[in-house]
Amino acid sequence: MNPTNYLYLSAILFSIGAVGVVVRKNAIVVFMCIELMLNAANLAFVTFAKINGNLEGQVMAFFTMVVAACEVVVGLAIIVTIFRSRRSASVDDASLLSR
Amino acid sequence: MTGEAALFWVLAPLAVLAAVAMLYMKKAVHSAILLAWVMITLAIFYIALEAPFLGIVQIVVYTGAVMMLFLFILMLVGVDSSDSLVEKIRGLRSVAIFTVLAFSLTLIAFIARAELGRPSVGLEEANREGNVQGLAQYLFSDYVWAFEVISALLITAALGAMVLAHSEKSEVARTSQRARSIARFRGKSIATAAGLPGSGVYARHNALDLPALLPDGKPSDLSIAEVLHRRGDVAESKSYELEGLPKIDDQGNK
Amino acid sequence: MTSENLIYLVALPLFSSALLMLLGRRADRWGHVFATLISASTFVIGAMEFFAMIDRPEASRAVTQKLFTWISVGTFNVDAGLVLDQLSIAFVLLITGVGTLIHIYSIAYMSHDRDRRRFFAYLNFFIAAMLLLVLGDSYLNLYVGWEGVGLASYLLIGFWNQQPEYATAAKKAFVANRAGDFGLSVAVMIAFANFGAVSFVGIEEKVDGASQTALTAMGLMLLLAAAGKSAQFPLQAWLGDAMAGPTPVSALIHAATMVTAGVYLITRSNFIFDNAPTAQLAVVMVGIITLLFGAVIGMAKDDIKKALAASTMSQIGYMIMASGFGPAGYAFAIMHLLTHGFFKAGLFLGAGSVMHGMNDEVNMRRYGGLARFMPITSITFGLGYLAIIGVPPFAGFYSKDKIIETAFNTGGLQGVLFGSAALLGAVITAFYMTRLMLMTFFGNKRWVSGAEPHESPFLMWAPMAVLALGSAASGYLLYSGKAIVKWLAPVVDRDHHEHAEFLPAIVVTTLAVVAVIIGVAVAFIKYRGELSESAPSDVSIFTRVTRRDLLQDDANEFLFMRPGQKLTQVLVKTDESVIDGAVRAVGSSVLGSARGMRKLQTGYVRNYALLILIGALVALLAALVVTI
Repeated sequence: MNPTNYLYLSAILFSIGAVGVVVRKNAIVVFMCIELMLNAANLAFVTFAKINGNLEGQVMAFFTMVVAACEVVVGLAIIVTIFRSRRSASVDDASLLSR
Repeated sequence: MTGEAALFWVLAPLAVLAAVAMLYMKKAVHSAILLAWVMITLAIFYIALEAPFLGIVQIVVYTGAVMMLFLFILMLVGVDSSDSLVEKIRGLRSVAIFTVLAFSLTLIAFIARAELGRPSVGLEEANREGNVQGLAQYLFSDYVWAFEVISALLITAALGAMVLAHSEKSEVARTSQRARSIARFRGKSIATAAGLPGSGVYARHNALDLPALLPDGKPSDLSIAEVLHRRGDVAESKSYELEGLPKIDDQGNK
Repeated sequence: MTSENLIYLVALPLFSSALLMLLGRRADRWGHVFATLISASTFVIGAMEFFAMIDRPEASRAVTQKLFTWISVGTFNVDAGLVLDQLSIAFVLLITGVGTLIHIYSIAYMSHDRDRRRFFAYLNFFIAAMLLLVLGDSYLNLYVGWEGVGLASYLLIGFWNQQPEYATAAKKAFVANRAGDFGLSVAVMIAFANFGAVSFVGIEEKVDGASQTALTAMGLMLLLAAAGKSAQFPLQAWLGDAMAGPTPVSALIHAATMVTAGVYLITRSNFIFDNAPTAQLAVVMVGIITLLFGAVIGMAKDDIKKALAASTMSQIGYMIMASGFGPAGYAFAIMHLLTHGFFKAGLFLGAGSVMHGMNDEVNMRRYGGLARFMPITSITFGLGYLAIIGVPPFAGFYSKDKIIETAFNTGGLQGVLFGSAALLGAVITAFYMTRLMLMTFFGNKRWVSGAEPHESPFLMWAPMAVLALGSAASGYLLYSGKAIVKWLAPVVDRDHHEHAEFLPAIVVTTLAVVAVIIGVAVAFIKYRGELSESAPSDVSIFTRVTRRDLLQDDANEFLFMRPGQKLTQVLVKTDESVIDGAVRAVGSSVLGSARGMRKLQTGYVRNYALLILIGALVALLAALVVTI
């Protein structure tokens, strides 16, 4: 089976994640959509590893996973902090920078 | 039709469906579960793509740790809280969908036009000594510098999370018993000397979050702990009130 | 031949003028005497040079003096230099001689004026500038003097600038002059472009090989300059208003000297005009139009000074016409210029004397019968009158007669037309001058109550007497033995052409005299009897138009002033809306775009995320398009 199919899947998942980031209001759900985008990128890396015949794509995917984990940790901590002071987890409520 | 193809064509549409459904869920927990589904599907794909190590790591780290972290935070923030799916910002949804459609079509066009010029090589050669050994080969020679930096990043992230999640002690020092006693007798009215009303008094329920009723039937805010007020967890007392309580208006007349 | 003295002719009056201006009120008591002495000294220097010149052989009569190298840029080299030849010496003597007489006259005329010293400073400045004009050895040097006299004219016409009309008259004169100066500058440019030189000698060498168009263009531009300075058509409207200045100014500048600068220019440029027949024809036409124009206006003027101004315009028309006839006419133009200098200055000084005696009244309708009360004035005025109308043997007869003769001698139908026009001009001249004489000195007394006409003081009538003598004798002196023609020939008529005779001279002379008699007779019949104190109002349309100066001011307003004003308004509006508008548009467009871009900052994170997405999409699309 052509590994390119995995690439198509990766593109579609990435797009869905992008829509989710823009459309959803709950900060945690937005975060989850970002995770979806990262996963899609990982899939693409691994597929390319297979296509090219060396493991460098997998190494990249490995690093991406580690970084994503760190990012999730810090990001959720921030969300919790904001939630504590504002009592709201909605992304729209943090709009003090508007005109 | 190889096994891999069958695997792909069954699981991939399901993953896409799950991802799309993730956008529509009202409750955030449902979205989290659906995301976990997608991640497990991806783990299976990794294994199918001759990356078993990554597949296991995906399940253990991503689905196991990261999604659990998400669920914990959802718990903290409010499991019950549901997102209203009505879009307040005009035009955002349509523009976003249109943009993303264009985006995905562009990506698909790119992928479709890409010509490698050779068939895909496959990882038999690279995985000869085993996938883990092959990865280790890369990690500890070519990418050792990135490896070390990432480990520093992990430590920093952990520290950052600790600092951010740390809750400050309240500035108000805990008052001593003597101070509290004086405050009780010198408060706004002598009524505070008798102590605050307990919860559920004159209501047929003495749950901590049910307010006590005043002589005229109104719920008393003083009977509920401050924390519950803050959290908005004060229960409605109407259904637990006694009948026959006289109605007294503000002037104190019957 | 070089000389070291020429510079003093210009430097002395210039120095005196500067001194009087700088010293201010401190020089009030002696300034006028000093200025007059300086003017007299320039006359003495001029006379000395003249006598020295006569002694020299004809070939070496011209004297030059180089002052300094003025402009030296690449191939363009202009020296500031002076040249005194047969033509310029005539002018020098006229300017300094008549100028000194008028200085003397002004001592008495302006004795009641607080700013008399300033007046003399301006007069000296004028003398210096006019001398520079006639002594300059290149068009550029002439231009300096040209501008100087224009400035002096402005300062002097507007001397009493407390009256707004006088200041406006000065401005009008200056602007009309400026229009002519444009012609002179263009002529200098044409000269440099085609001949590579601007000095008279330099251009004369190159004239033979030059193109007809260049010569004609230069000639026309010079004609324009002369028209501006000499109040010829179409730039003649300023002369009447220039009478707002004190009478000595009118006598010196607007009768004898500045207005003759145009004739000098054309005569000096004879090498150009002689090789450009079209330009010459234009010169003749301008001269004829002006001579008739001025004469017709003079008929309807009740202001004595304006009548004399119209007369000046007309007489200079004669001179310009004569100078357009080529080598045959230059000498007679200069001769008429010299005699005109005498009698016109005398007439103006006489008018000033009459005004002085009649309490500055200028309306001739309020004069009458003054001959008995101002005998000297009337005699000197009368001699000038006889000279101007051309009664033999007075000066005007000789000069005007020769011009009419030259007009006829150009031959063919053209000659007849030119000559007839000149004769008609003579008739009208006789008419209006007789009218002027009758209205002023004879007839019934129409004075304002309280007027006590009296003779003028010595310092005023002495110069008038000298000028009257000149009016009487100068014509004969200049022409006896064809003196003026032979004197000027090396400058204007080098090839010594033989000029054909169309009509015998005696016929022309008879015609001229008959013309004079007709004019005098008509005026006599009309103005002999009792005249009214105010001008009659039910008059023909022709009289009405003539009273309005043949609509010259209206024409100028219509053709130039109003379009000019409109143009200015349009330009101002363009500057405000288009140019300033463009500048403002830059600012307001920046503001507007900023206002629009501000709306992007909604504060909603999701909007920003969407924008990032759109940016990524654009980048991808660009990459896709590139690979297609």
